[in-house]
Amino acid sequence: MEKVMVKGTEAIGEAAIRAGCRHFFGYPITPQSELPEYMSKRLPEVGGVFLQTESEVATVNMLYGAACTGTRVMTSTSSPGFSLMMEGVSYMACAQLPAVFVNVVRGGPGLGDIQPAQGDYWQATKGGGHGDYKLIVLAPATVQEAVDLTVLAFDLADKYRTPTLILADGLLGQMMEPVEFPEFRDLSTLPDHSSWAMTGAKDREPHIITSFDIDPYILEKMNLELVKKYREIEKNEIRWEEFKTEDADIVITAFGTVARIAKSVVEMARKDGLKVGLFRPITVWPFPYEPLKKLADKAELFFDVEMNMGQMLEDVKLATGDRKPVAFYSRMGGVVPTPNEIYEALKKEIGRRE
Amino acid sequence: MKKLLYKMPESLSGKEFTYCPGCHHGIVHRLIAEVIDELGIREKTLVVAPIGCSVFAYQFFNMDGTIAAHGRAPAVATGMKRARPDLYVFTYQGDGDLAAIGTAEIMHAANRGEKITTIFINNAIYGMTGGQMAPTTLLGMKTTTTPYGRDAQKDGYPMHMCEFLKEAKGVAYLARTKVTTPQDVEKTKKAIKKAFLAQVKGIGFGLVEVLSTCPTNWGMDPISAMKWLEENMIPEYPLGVFIDKVGDEK
Amino acid sequence: MPKVKGYIEIDQERCKGCGLCIKACPTKVIDFSESFNSKGYHPAEAKYLDRCIACGFCYRMCPDVCITVYREE
Repeated sequence: MEKVMVKGTEAIGEAAIRAGCRHFFGYPITPQSELPEYMSKRLPEVGGVFLQTESEVATVNMLYGAACTGTRVMTSTSSPGFSLMMEGVSYMACAQLPAVFVNVVRGGPGLGDIQPAQGDYWQATKGGGHGDYKLIVLAPATVQEAVDLTVLAFDLADKYRTPTLILADGLLGQMMEPVEFPEFRDLSTLPDHSSWAMTGAKDREPHIITSFDIDPYILEKMNLELVKKYREIEKNEIRWEEFKTEDADIVITAFGTVARIAKSVVEMARKDGLKVGLFRPITVWPFPYEPLKKLADKAELFFDVEMNMGQMLEDVKLATGDRKPVAFYSRMGGVVPTPNEIYEALKKEIGRRE
Repeated sequence: MKKLLYKMPESLSGKEFTYCPGCHHGIVHRLIAEVIDELGIREKTLVVAPIGCSVFAYQFFNMDGTIAAHGRAPAVATGMKRARPDLYVFTYQGDGDLAAIGTAEIMHAANRGEKITTIFINNAIYGMTGGQMAPTTLLGMKTTTTPYGRDAQKDGYPMHMCEFLKEAKGVAYLARTKVTTPQDVEKTKKAIKKAFLAQVKGIGFGLVEVLSTCPTNWGMDPISAMKWLEENMIPEYPLGVFIDKVGDEK
Repeated sequence: MPKVKGYIEIDQERCKGCGLCIKACPTKVIDFSESFNSKGYHPAEAKYLDRCIACGFCYRMCPDVCITVYREE
């Protein structure tokens, strides 16, 4: 397969189309407007539907409607836009509707800025919407991984009848890298949702899709069904990457583009004789607690690096317990840390502990 | 020999309506069902229920149904119609759903000429939540959040959705009716049929605003409520057909 | 021209006693029943069926689809 040089946002769009998605609803917001722009041009080429909506609120509800008919559908947005979608996300999670969301995270909170950040981790994994629900959240670190995880996001959404999220950031969205796209999915092989989808009650009982029941005992049953599903996902779908952790005394934890910056830090440290490794969750929900917990047997220090105030940090601490110290380095507001500054901070931390 | 003239329509599930005695929701539900029966499209129609008293509408129609978030039914319907243009989609919304929180969604669906049908129940009050002011509440009208009567200076003016929507070029049928007499019921049915035909014929967006009573929250019996509607709501909300690009029923 | 003769059936358990059919009937076929249904309403009752002309106005006004209308042929 030939490699093409492509921007992160557009790569995700093309990957979605290869995965069999023919419906995109979205609203412009920096730094991801290229994704709806790309889809507006590309979808008509493959007989798909693109619609620029009037707001992110409308967007998520159009996703709800399209998903009700059992078709693959996606949107992309950035932090403030994803906040607007939270009610709809909660609705879709409860109604068990498959769809793919992409959040190209920018500096926040509030209007923030348009530079890369990782401040939406909590919103993505601990629930930005109301109620007991989870999204499957995938955090790519390279444009190729964004392509692969987009395909996976659709497959997982259909497999578990749940909305999924690609948690990207402005850096990944805007960078260009060579990627290999998968073959076009034969649409006739897409998962069959005819047992529940709203397709017209011909020769069958009506299909009702709601995120509601006035009877609390029935709603509790609905919630228990969701919990059962989430437990299954936690059991089967965690994904992570370890880089030079086999003999590591110090383990850097990071996700997304910060993790690829951290890889350089690992190389720099190793050159200086420090046994440093990297633990990179790929699914930030379900979070890979068990494999990270195992590393706490051998490593002496964990060093979490994020572009936020310490969000995944809490999950790292949850995994490692009180057994080993967890230090933290962060930049916020859209500032991207350099390998040098991370390495300096790491050395300072090591120095402090000697 | 008895010939059956009128009975429970096929497109209704037969479940007893949860609406108050004399509430006009039930009449309009039945008219929609009669129209869908006559057009023969029940098996291809999807209903999008709103948030409001008619949140349970999906239980009363014998077709695939869902509940949209408050105000978002036109967006949900748009998603459905764009995904399955071969199916028919209608939203059923009250005055809070459509004229308060949902103004953007209805304006844009109408503006895009979305091939969906909206039935808009205007009873000048919030029913389900217990009688608060709606955008369509009349000046001077006492509600639980306008205990001194709606005051234009403080609360703005009654909102005329048909008059706003008639400016949208994507609208194929737009009418305001009432169902206080058998003759009006028949006129409303004709309007609803045309609003559905706008979709069936692929012309554009169709909406019927039905002025309705809310006996419970107006604090009146059903008959007095209809009298109040005639005397107070008609002067504020003139009846009529604003747009008709559908033409003949054939 | 022979007068049209009609016949209606009212589902009195479904009826909520709103009175809309009673007001609409042009020949005063319907009135409130003296008894209660299980919901606690005085339901509508077709008391003077011989006056029914199968106009269907009661069906049109009923918000609860309680009434079935027939025409005698």
